[in-house]
Amino acid sequence: MTAANLEEKRTVPPQPRRWLITLGAPLAGVLAGLAIGALLILLAGANPFEAYATMMRGAFGGRRQIEETLLKTAPLLLMGLGLTAAFRARVWNIGGEGQYYMGALAGGVIALNFADQWPRPLLIVAMLLAGAIGGALWAAVAGLFRIRRGINEIISTLMLNYIAILFMEYVARGPLQEPGGYLPESAQLAAAARLPTLFGSRVHIGVIIALVMIPLVYALLWSTPLGFRLRAVGSRASVARYAGIKVERLIMFALMFSGALGGLAGIMEVSSLHTRLKGGISGDYGFSGILVALLGRMHPVGVAVAAVFFAALTIGAQSMHVVYQLPVALAGAVQAVVVLCVLAADAIAHGKMNRGQ
Amino acid sequence: MDWSLVLNWAFVVALFTAAIRLAVPVLLATLGEFVTERSGILNLGPDGVMVVGGVAGFLVAYFTQTGPLAAASSWLGLLAGAGAGMLMGLIVSVFAVTLRADQVITGVTLVVFGHGMANYIYRQQFSSLTARTAGLPPFEVPLLSRIPVIGDILFKHDATVYMTVILVVLVWYFLEHTTWGLSIRAVGENPAAGETSGLRVAAVRYAATLIGTALAGLGGAVLTVVQLRMFREGIMGGRGWIAVALVIFARWKPGLALVGALLFGLADAVQYRIQALSQVGRGAGAIPYEFLLMLPYVLTILALLARSNRRGQAQAPEVLGRPYVKGEM
Repeated sequence: MTAANLEEKRTVPPQPRRWLITLGAPLAGVLAGLAIGALLILLAGANPFEAYATMMRGAFGGRRQIEETLLKTAPLLLMGLGLTAAFRARVWNIGGEGQYYMGALAGGVIALNFADQWPRPLLIVAMLLAGAIGGALWAAVAGLFRIRRGINEIISTLMLNYIAILFMEYVARGPLQEPGGYLPESAQLAAAARLPTLFGSRVHIGVIIALVMIPLVYALLWSTPLGFRLRAVGSRASVARYAGIKVERLIMFALMFSGALGGLAGIMEVSSLHTRLKGGISGDYGFSGILVALLGRMHPVGVAVAAVFFAALTIGAQSMHVVYQLPVALAGAVQAVVVLCVLAADAIAHGKMNRGQ
Repeated sequence: MDWSLVLNWAFVVALFTAAIRLAVPVLLATLGEFVTERSGILNLGPDGVMVVGGVAGFLVAYFTQTGPLAAASSWLGLLAGAGAGMLMGLIVSVFAVTLRADQVITGVTLVVFGHGMANYIYRQQFSSLTARTAGLPPFEVPLLSRIPVIGDILFKHDATVYMTVILVVLVWYFLEHTTWGLSIRAVGENPAAGETSGLRVAAVRYAATLIGTALAGLGGAVLTVVQLRMFREGIMGGRGWIAVALVIFARWKPGLALVGALLFGLADAVQYRIQALSQVGRGAGAIPYEFLLMLPYVLTILALLARSNRRGQAQAPEVLGRPYVKGEM
């Protein structure tokens, strides 16, 4: 599995029908995915239409529900946007989970130690920065393995996930355990270290930061030389190398950038939701982030739509669980089915066009 | 911790016995991935295939435990695991061969799909995690199991261990010494030439993928039905990914894959054994168990580092991961 094996020639479909595939494939995928989800619900003995209606109400049925969905969107969006930049360069970072944990840890350590010493704005900024740096450095480990030793990042980032999660569990039970506490978790973060919320709602500045990242990542990819090079490496690394692009540096950047956004998601969730460092704080964002990036066609706007969709599925599945006792895991299954359908629709469309030429 | 607890014969025997046992699921998946990649298909989905095989095997074994098939329940579970693995393999091959989709992207998605489905299916059947299967009793090989030390380590396992050894030999023989094996290797090296000499590239790749995923599904089922005798989320612990790594580590030499799987088993065994001991010998100097749990993952990275160089793997099948389009190459 060398880099050369993973690069492949991409045929660009002719322009006029391109938008049709770009929008049509995800829509077809979502419909097919929801249909298969409906089948699962039916098999479980519930009425799919009623179950989906319950889901919709659970995700968008009122102010509180919309707030929950927005809060869930933020980490998915950050993950998806970071991975978009990486995947565009065909750098397959599947270590979002580990980068999330290391970001949470780095930011959390700042919060635990300086909450009563630093003014709040400084504290919050430092926490978020530390989170991003923690995630970026953890991803950089895989980057070093890749550019120094040619080790494929798919395997290394995945192994680093387990190591990061176990490390978090260790510090939460060991050095960072709440003094006098019995549970494997750190002390609760001080009120000053919680992300400020907006307009008297539960929505915090993390949601705003995630939204601001949409145009920023778009600008990075399509309006900067760096973004151009990333996409060039993604389409043809060998050509990019001949064109004088320093491929290794770009691979490192792609990993660290996605790692930074993953780490940012980690500290945001800890600061606003979990309020302690401990195990089990992620909810598989590293993996659903991959699906979000793919469903969003590795385009920031698409990723935003996909993130809202995934968040709604997850929040909605909780209502569905309460009403119909259907497992919450249904959301995860449906999400993956949707993306598989999109990939299939994509490939079918591409195949047809190749034959038509 | 008290090191004299570790440095004695009984401990060493128990350690190596466990290492062999624990190597089985990952070895089966590695073997499967080996066959699939030989045909030129890069299946990154073994972790998803294993977990689906694991849940299918567990459910079948659990629900046949009582009733007329009780005596065969474990074997039915293992069979179901292999079958469910092949269903996943069908998805892999449709995407990789028929649709010619990007194999990296579909592989990663398939892993998430497998985990999502497996968790859903399990949760749909059980609301708690207390269900257990009966597992298989150890089988002492006549005479051989009486050899001191060696007999204890090698010949007192449950039947899946011996089955795996037989499968390793069979698959090696199949790949290296049969026409079918030759076909698989041919379409992995040069599909166009294979096509010219009358091979149906797509059919061979479908077959290789189905064989590979049947083995991975079986591996997952061995873990849930026989070894841990339970299912829970994340139970595969990345074993499918370790299998992918072991194929790279082995550089397409089956013998090295075996060594790699045993090393993984050993790391896993060390982790279980020392953890069990440090429950007894807690106190200053005890290694935090999280670090022991990290061992298999650290070892996987170290193994890849040890075998790597900047030029990548020389022995990989020539067209690995590239879809074949008639007349294009």
